[in-house]
Amino acid sequence: MPARIIETNDAPLKKVEVEGVTADIIENALKNARIEMDAVLFRTAMSPGIREQGDCFPMIANRDGKMVVGQFGSFIGPFMEAYDAEIEEGDIILTNDPYMCNAAVSHLPDWIVLMPVFKDGRHIAWTAMFGHMSDNGGMVPGSIPIKATTIYQEGIRIPPTKLYKKGELQSDVLELILHNVRTSQWNRFDLNALVAACRTASRRCVEMANRFGDDVLNSAMDIMLERNYNAMKFIIQNFIPEEPRTFEDYLCDDGMGMGPYKIKCTMWREGDVAIFDFDGTDPQAQSSVNFYLNEDMFKMFFGSFTINVVDPHIVFNDGFYDLVDVRIPEGTLLKPKFPAALSGRTHALGRLFDVLQALLGSGAPEQMLNAAGFSDSPHLFYSGYDNREGKNGEWFQLFQIGFGGIPGRPIGDGPDGHSLWPGFTNVPNEFIESYFPLRIERYETIPDSGGAGLHRGGNGLSVAYCFLADGDIAIHDERWLMYPWGVMGGQVGQRSTKRIVRVDGSEEWLPSKCDGIPVKTGDLLYFNTWGGGGWGDPLKRDSGLVLDDVRRNLVTVAGARDYGVVIVAGAVDEAATGKLREQMRAERGDTIPTFNIGPSIDEILARCKEETGLDAPVPPVFR
Amino acid sequence: MSYRLGVDVGGTFTDLLLISEETGETFTAKVPSTPEDSSIGVLNGVARICDESGVDPAKIKRVMHGTTVATNAVLQGKGAKVGLVTTRGYEQTLQVARSFCPGGLGGWVTFIKNPLLAPLEYTIGADERIGATGDIVRELDEEQLRRDLEKLKASGAIEALTICFINAYINAEHEKKAAAIAREVFSGMPISVSSEVVPEMQEYERTETTVMNSYVRPEMQRYIDNLQAALNKRMGDDLLLSLLRSDGGLASARSAADSPVNMLMSGPAGGVTGAIYFCSRSGFDDILTFDMGGTSTDVALIQNSKARVRRETFVGDVKVRAPSVDVRTVGAGGGSVAFVPELTGALRVGPESAGAVPGPAAYMKGGEKPTVCDANVVLGYLPSDVQLGGKMEISKEAAETAVQTIADALGIGLLEAAEGIIKVVNESMFGALRLVSVEQGYDPRDFSLVCFGGAGPLHANAMGILTDSWPVIIPPGPGVLCAYGDATTTVQNEATRTYIRMAGDTTTEQLLDDLRELHERAAESLIEDGIAKEDFEVVYQADVRYAGQAFELTLDFTADELKSKGIAAVTDQFDTEHDQLFSFKLGDGHEILMIRAVVKAKATDVAHREVGSAGAALADCVIHESRFHYEGNWYGSPLYDRTKLHEGIVVPGPAIVMEMDSTTVILPGHEAKVDRIGNLLINPSK
Repeated sequence: MPARIIETNDAPLKKVEVEGVTADIIENALKNARIEMDAVLFRTAMSPGIREQGDCFPMIANRDGKMVVGQFGSFIGPFMEAYDAEIEEGDIILTNDPYMCNAAVSHLPDWIVLMPVFKDGRHIAWTAMFGHMSDNGGMVPGSIPIKATTIYQEGIRIPPTKLYKKGELQSDVLELILHNVRTSQWNRFDLNALVAACRTASRRCVEMANRFGDDVLNSAMDIMLERNYNAMKFIIQNFIPEEPRTFEDYLCDDGMGMGPYKIKCTMWREGDVAIFDFDGTDPQAQSSVNFYLNEDMFKMFFGSFTINVVDPHIVFNDGFYDLVDVRIPEGTLLKPKFPAALSGRTHALGRLFDVLQALLGSGAPEQMLNAAGFSDSPHLFYSGYDNREGKNGEWFQLFQIGFGGIPGRPIGDGPDGHSLWPGFTNVPNEFIESYFPLRIERYETIPDSGGAGLHRGGNGLSVAYCFLADGDIAIHDERWLMYPWGVMGGQVGQRSTKRIVRVDGSEEWLPSKCDGIPVKTGDLLYFNTWGGGGWGDPLKRDSGLVLDDVRRNLVTVAGARDYGVVIVAGAVDEAATGKLREQMRAERGDTIPTFNIGPSIDEILARCKEETGLDAPVPPVFR
Repeated sequence: MSYRLGVDVGGTFTDLLLISEETGETFTAKVPSTPEDSSIGVLNGVARICDESGVDPAKIKRVMHGTTVATNAVLQGKGAKVGLVTTRGYEQTLQVARSFCPGGLGGWVTFIKNPLLAPLEYTIGADERIGATGDIVRELDEEQLRRDLEKLKASGAIEALTICFINAYINAEHEKKAAAIAREVFSGMPISVSSEVVPEMQEYERTETTVMNSYVRPEMQRYIDNLQAALNKRMGDDLLLSLLRSDGGLASARSAADSPVNMLMSGPAGGVTGAIYFCSRSGFDDILTFDMGGTSTDVALIQNSKARVRRETFVGDVKVRAPSVDVRTVGAGGGSVAFVPELTGALRVGPESAGAVPGPAAYMKGGEKPTVCDANVVLGYLPSDVQLGGKMEISKEAAETAVQTIADALGIGLLEAAEGIIKVVNESMFGALRLVSVEQGYDPRDFSLVCFGGAGPLHANAMGILTDSWPVIIPPGPGVLCAYGDATTTVQNEATRTYIRMAGDTTTEQLLDDLRELHERAAESLIEDGIAKEDFEVVYQADVRYAGQAFELTLDFTADELKSKGIAAVTDQFDTEHDQLFSFKLGDGHEILMIRAVVKAKATDVAHREVGSAGAALADCVIHESRFHYEGNWYGSPLYDRTKLHEGIVVPGPAIVMEMDSTTVILPGHEAKVDRIGNLLINPSK
């Protein structure tokens, strides 16, 4: 039975005529409320993950649960279906279990707070926010155990639970939950911050209803949804072909020696409706790399990427969901069956963006197709007891997100060492060094790692971590095997690597997904992320720009040859460049394929050990 | 009789205010700014104001100046070619920045990163390393650095040099050594060192800020030298030139030229100090300032007549760590362009602005797009039939033609469209006021709303209705308020260091010693400028948070408070304020992030002038009968001449009050009272 909302005032909200300008004002006011939610959260949250990296997302939805402002779309519909309980004024609901909310959140460390907004006893709206907690208990610090085979190993599962009941904090429940995590103080503050943000938005909704009238507010929200519907209808008509278009890409491995895993999507249009069908995607993995994808969330990804074309100032929302049909076969990597492990879902989530933008862009590659880029948020965990003098062996736990190359794009070069994720920023190294037993010896981009192109792919980032205390590390990374592809003649970007130089002088390559790796004081880890693919013909890039990149140490003299540019003694050798470019053109031939995905999987696997120092993954066995 | 002169250089106009130090008598002037060399505009203005007032320039003893020279150098990319020395392995700190791509999901698709202020090809990595506790991990390789610097010099490419090493905020030894070598290699070139400019944690912000200082330094130095010379020629060698810092204090010309990074928000700071000047004298100590110009609107919250200072600010897309008055800016102003995207059919206003060129349609300078200003003309708020001292002609017809395009796109009437434009722009400015008030835990109803800038008084009453902040105050000379601020503030300097330790682990004695050292450092520049020590006012500050929080509060206290109450002088204050903001406190776990000493020269007051109560009756102040449109109705509205209004006069709405550079709208159901200072106080009618 779905959730029931208990109202003391059940007069229905009426649909009323709202003049356009009033709707515009309400749109602005709701947008401001959302900005305020972020501001409140950042100021009160405590963990570096939320406050420094911005790993959190707000939402305001109408009474029916449709998101009117926010980032990742509404999860209230699926949540309500799955939550068999009564909801009253003053209740605040907490959950983290993807299986209990139709994947509204996709792994346990993301905690959602959901709050119904009441005015005069009547339910008028919803506010919600989720944030990535530093720890959720379970097998490993940081709670993203790569080798987990079921969700039970990934820490505490919180079914939809009333954190506040009619305004009363259920402190027994809260303490029970916090007792199960390693960073209870951080989580306590972060959770408090999520609640504060939702309360703020809730107050704004009530104020708006007072100012404009309940019916006007509700009807204006409908108008905002309708605006998105109309805009997306236009986009779908104009950008989605009736002829099916398919793209597939791969997750490199599952952290247990198997891979690669295929993600395949076919897109077409029937009438007004865009269809995305993931038939052909590989079955679910036995480790935690599954990504339980909520269909509505995918619609939001699709919308976000295309809406800017029409009205970049629009307040984006869910109004267009009826125009998109997402089909994900059950039992696949993107819709695993309970109790599959889910915590390492970041990589498939990231890969999905490469697939989506390839599908959308290839209809008009000159204007809309980007290369494959930094479509992931790889991370490093480092934890232990600080055995330095004066530190009293206190527990430390670092979670750091990595950054890499933005791909070459129609608009220009990809920035080096940046984030594809909205709102994410790196944590200052001086901050890390003063709070954790680490010295970051180098923090620089990797020359030549961005794919050559008319527009160069952004370089990956090399971070050299010198550990100053004994501890354990865990690594979650991707694109170490399958290349970040280039487009329109652009070349592939370089893949990622992780090399550790032990204090005894020995060296080893670490796999891209591993945990429980012991490190000693003085060990040095080079965490090198991948570059973005190149966009367009590198032989057409202005040789002066290539020279600039060489002088800036973003491209090497040898790397300049990928552009057909010969650099001698710090200057472009024009004659040699002309000759080399001519020769390369002749060798390449006239047809330039839209996608350059690099060598075939067979070739990649055959050369894996030699090129990466790591054993090639074996084909996945599905159960 | 001696005078002081406040001069504020804005994007469009240079405003001047001449005050007699003995009588408080004032004269104002407004001349066009000369962006190619803004000292020309300043000198034109000096000539104009002396001419009109009959004051002998030699009688002007102090010129206090707010300038956007540094800001414009950044926005127009006209700064110096900057070389940079970093710790090896950190050469690309600016290239990677904070890895942030603005915009939502997919924002990276259209993000374009601007060229670095210090190009990578002129960046050197020095072999050295300081640890997080200030320990020396690797000694500086001085010989290698010298060779690299000589190579950089030989390239002839750079005009200013920056040195920023990792963890130099806690141990500056290597930076000092490197600077000494650099001074030998590059004699005469300005060198900015991070541990001097901004000794604070976070390598990207510190590098960017120090590079920014280098970037604007030659331009600022040139400007100040020229201006100083020209002013000395007119006003004599004893003239004292000071510049307004971003934090609202003044700096001597010399120290402004050395640390121009502290001048980037000089413009907005002038408005805020001016607003405080007029409001505090009328007894309004808690105010929201609303400074609406042509392209943007600046808002700030002032409590107890003190502006909040924040540590970071954006200039263009560059984040700079320098103290500035906590002003929030929205891209909405009188010149903001209205448009209707075809598909969504929504009315949007801004952020595109018609600027001074081509300008709003009503000004007939070539602009055709409908702007907020045009909507004001259509509705009659900005009268087109009467001008007061204004040199700009206004065409109602042109404004109507422009706004009609919006009406057509929305399928509504002209007046409805014009009202729509005003309401949408008001709502977005309201959002900015919320961010400085509600978001900070303050209720706007406890504040008065002070409106100034070219367009502020036009929107003042309507903004008051949205914020419910009464009275709405229009200070005298709202169009030249920044110049008032420049002329009435005092010399100030501060010294800061990153502290990062638990309050519980800090002894009162240690903290006092450390603060005393900062106090002496901050005082140096005031002493060099000849200010006597007994004229100093010293405030200590600590930035405190609960360990692990991202949020921090800056707390003020004095040496005496610290001596008598111990560290609780800081931590108790923190708990109280935290409780007010977030309705909870922890009571322990306080971490001191930063400590600071702020040294100010005591204010040398000018005489205050009051408007007096004698004079004309209300009817005598009417210069014309006009009308305006509000909430669907036309209202007959007298136009009043503000210069004739005196203390005690009450102007009932609907009405329009005009003065040389500004127009105040008083809406139906409201009235404006003139107080003894000359402020217009708008309140709902009883």
